[in-house]
Amino acid sequence: MSVSSSSPSSPSSPQPLHLAVSLDGAGRHPAAWREPGARPAELFTARYWAGVVAEAEAGLLDFVTFEDALALQSASPAGPDARTDQVRGRLDAVLTAARVAPLTRRIGLVPAVTATHTEPFHISKAIATLDHVSRGRAGLRILVSGLPHEARHFGRRSTPIPAGELYEEAADHVEVIRRLWDSWEDDAEIRDVATGRFVDRDKLHYIDFEGRHFSVRGPSITPRPPQGQPLVSALGDGVAAYDLIARSADVGYVAARDDDEARTAVAAIRRARESSGLAAHPLHLFGDLTVFLDEDAAAAEDRLDRLDTRAGHPYRDDTAVFTGTPRQLADLLQERRTAGLSGFRLRPGVIAHDLPAITRGLVPELQRRGVFRREYEADTLRGLLGLDRPAGRHAARPAA
Amino acid sequence: MSTAPIKQIHLAAHFPGVNNTTVWSDPAAGSHIDFDSFVHFARTAERAKLDFLFLAEGLRLREQGGKIYDLDVVGRPDTFTVLAALAAVTDRIGLTGTINSTFNEPYEVARQFASLDHLSEGRAAWNVVTSWDAFTGENFRRGGFLPRGDRYSRAREFLATANELFDSWDGSEIVADAGSGAFLRDARAGAFAHRGQHFDIEGRFNVPRSPQGRPVIFQAGDSEEGREFAAAGADAIFGRYGTLDEGRAFYTDVKGRLAKYGRTHDQLKILPAATFVLGDTDAEAHESAHEVRRLQVSGQTAIKYLEHVWNRDLSAYDPDGPLPAIDPEVGENTIALGRASVRQFRDPLETARQWRELARAKNLSIRELVIATTADQTFVGSAATIAESINELVQADAADGFILVPHITPGGLDVFADTVIPLLQEKGVFRTEYEGATLRDHLGLSVPVPDPARQPAP
Repeated sequence: MSVSSSSPSSPSSPQPLHLAVSLDGAGRHPAAWREPGARPAELFTARYWAGVVAEAEAGLLDFVTFEDALALQSASPAGPDARTDQVRGRLDAVLTAARVAPLTRRIGLVPAVTATHTEPFHISKAIATLDHVSRGRAGLRILVSGLPHEARHFGRRSTPIPAGELYEEAADHVEVIRRLWDSWEDDAEIRDVATGRFVDRDKLHYIDFEGRHFSVRGPSITPRPPQGQPLVSALGDGVAAYDLIARSADVGYVAARDDDEARTAVAAIRRARESSGLAAHPLHLFGDLTVFLDEDAAAAEDRLDRLDTRAGHPYRDDTAVFTGTPRQLADLLQERRTAGLSGFRLRPGVIAHDLPAITRGLVPELQRRGVFRREYEADTLRGLLGLDRPAGRHAARPAA
Repeated sequence: MSTAPIKQIHLAAHFPGVNNTTVWSDPAAGSHIDFDSFVHFARTAERAKLDFLFLAEGLRLREQGGKIYDLDVVGRPDTFTVLAALAAVTDRIGLTGTINSTFNEPYEVARQFASLDHLSEGRAAWNVVTSWDAFTGENFRRGGFLPRGDRYSRAREFLATANELFDSWDGSEIVADAGSGAFLRDARAGAFAHRGQHFDIEGRFNVPRSPQGRPVIFQAGDSEEGREFAAAGADAIFGRYGTLDEGRAFYTDVKGRLAKYGRTHDQLKILPAATFVLGDTDAEAHESAHEVRRLQVSGQTAIKYLEHVWNRDLSAYDPDGPLPAIDPEVGENTIALGRASVRQFRDPLETARQWRELARAKNLSIRELVIATTADQTFVGSAATIAESINELVQADAADGFILVPHITPGGLDVFADTVIPLLQEKGVFRTEYEGATLRDHLGLSVPVPDPARQPAP
């Protein structure tokens, strides 16, 4: 396998697992906000987000993702709904990540960004700046949107946009972002008092990207971020998304309902990675899993039943929904990782309950089994994932 | 003015940026991109009880003669991201960002400002700018399509649209009652529809009403259109004049435009940018001011500055010699790109004529001429002198206050905070504590109330 993992494997110690959590409102379940401790009135405050991310960091998790969209949440993909019994409204994910960055020290911060309606130039400097303010802990989760009602918030594009086109555009978007991150060489700022030059302009590069949906000249206005290339991640929920991960990502999230589905998805993404000529570049694949965790398996099921009753329908997701104990979840993760996964992104069903269950129940269990870190071993997100800091694409070449 | 009530002064601080006012060669100058610099600057500004800190923007690196300009600071962070991070390390100070209305979309910008206002508990402000040039456009999907004449019309409609989005939640929608299961009181929260010349959009805005309702709106610019735009919809305008007579003329003109929009004098604050050089004595301050000017305007900088007007390569000229005898190249400026200052020379031939006359009369070299005609420090002197000057200008209605632009990053504000601010406080013209929580409170602005008659989308 071409996967590069975070630490050298040795026959006596199993490979460490990587763990991330997906944060959205009060949790993944639509009735999560009604649970004890959910603090639904505080969802639009910095205090709420700072508390949640601090909990994830106390559990030594690799990173958190902040979910987002350029439309109000809806129970229907066809358009806005008229429901009043679910959380509606979200703060911008990049700003939320930036707001908590100075309050945390080690955990990675990965906001969702919609490629379809945004400017890659803006996104590139926003994530570079998130990397500067977090001192090397930034990433992004790239999303596409084919929702007609979301497009009407921008009024620039007619819909439907075919899925293939959405993902091709997203791949171009990421390509522009990455080129802009590299458009400043690391040592471009010289402050040479003798010649009066602040920068060596030969170390600033136009990117001259020409694509179907946009062209961007560059260079970035923001100096190269601490990680050089912040983490790019995307969710794989179909062939077009697999291609995006293969071409553009450092981390792919695999939505799968069982081991076989996970194995099939991993194989497809790995094949696409090889066809893209990027087999030598490390790519982490994380399994996505929605979790309801309790000390007693029956209690977790009862809790999900109660939530479903309140929501008025059984909970479904594009990935497996786990109910059970931290020990059972640890078993499942260890089993499923053999599908070729280097870690998992857990979606807490109820953040107030299931996030502490992850950090205080699952994490100690994995530590006992010797498959999870006992302290943060690196200062940057790339470092936590065992990814080197890449040299800029221009630095590698001799001066032309 | 003896009978006029004593005005309270508004003061803010601009993080030193990419212009040649910023002296990066000083050993005291720190990083312009490390977050620590922003933290230091913001905390000093907050310690001094200033109204807000301000970040400028430029969406393409400036060029001169086809090459990236390398004599001044190059590079800056993303405005929204750094302001959101600063909200974590400060409690009260306003967070003002310049955001372009040409290379953005209202839905995205409105949700970013509404988010920033939530995340800072009511401290967000937006300086609406209207760049239109194709040079900047080369970094964006939209490109440089916007005709110059349309920039204010797009800006006006952009702001109006953003306000419709801010007002699409009135603040009473979220119930979040776990017992009854009602999260929203109103199933149509955030509904909007805007049909206009530049934007035709509709749907649901996805950020609930923020603490300030809308961010505070700032506007920069001195043109007729700019003044009118500010009078119609801004909460503050960055004046351009730090002197008594020019300042009063601008103040009178802009405040005089408010009535026709149904607005009162205190609803628009006029805040010119101001540089300063402090010394233990006035004499010492004037001496260091002279040194600072020499650091700001090197020989090379002077030649490059002259090229803004001449629109020609002048690299062969001696900065210590006389001004070029040849005339400026008129027409579109192709030498210096991405600079706001270039646009202020609307008549290069006339500017060159005046400068030659001044140089001849005072026997000035190129470098001396540039030092004499550009960005002289607004306030030079001891702390007592500067405090007196600021107060005088504000009480005389030449401004409502100033946006301080230190020439050193990030410590250039420290001495001002330690010496001038206490004197203004002693005079009773500047706050000793923040009285309110939000930037609107600091500026004495009321929270806008959504129009109850507003008709959202059907």
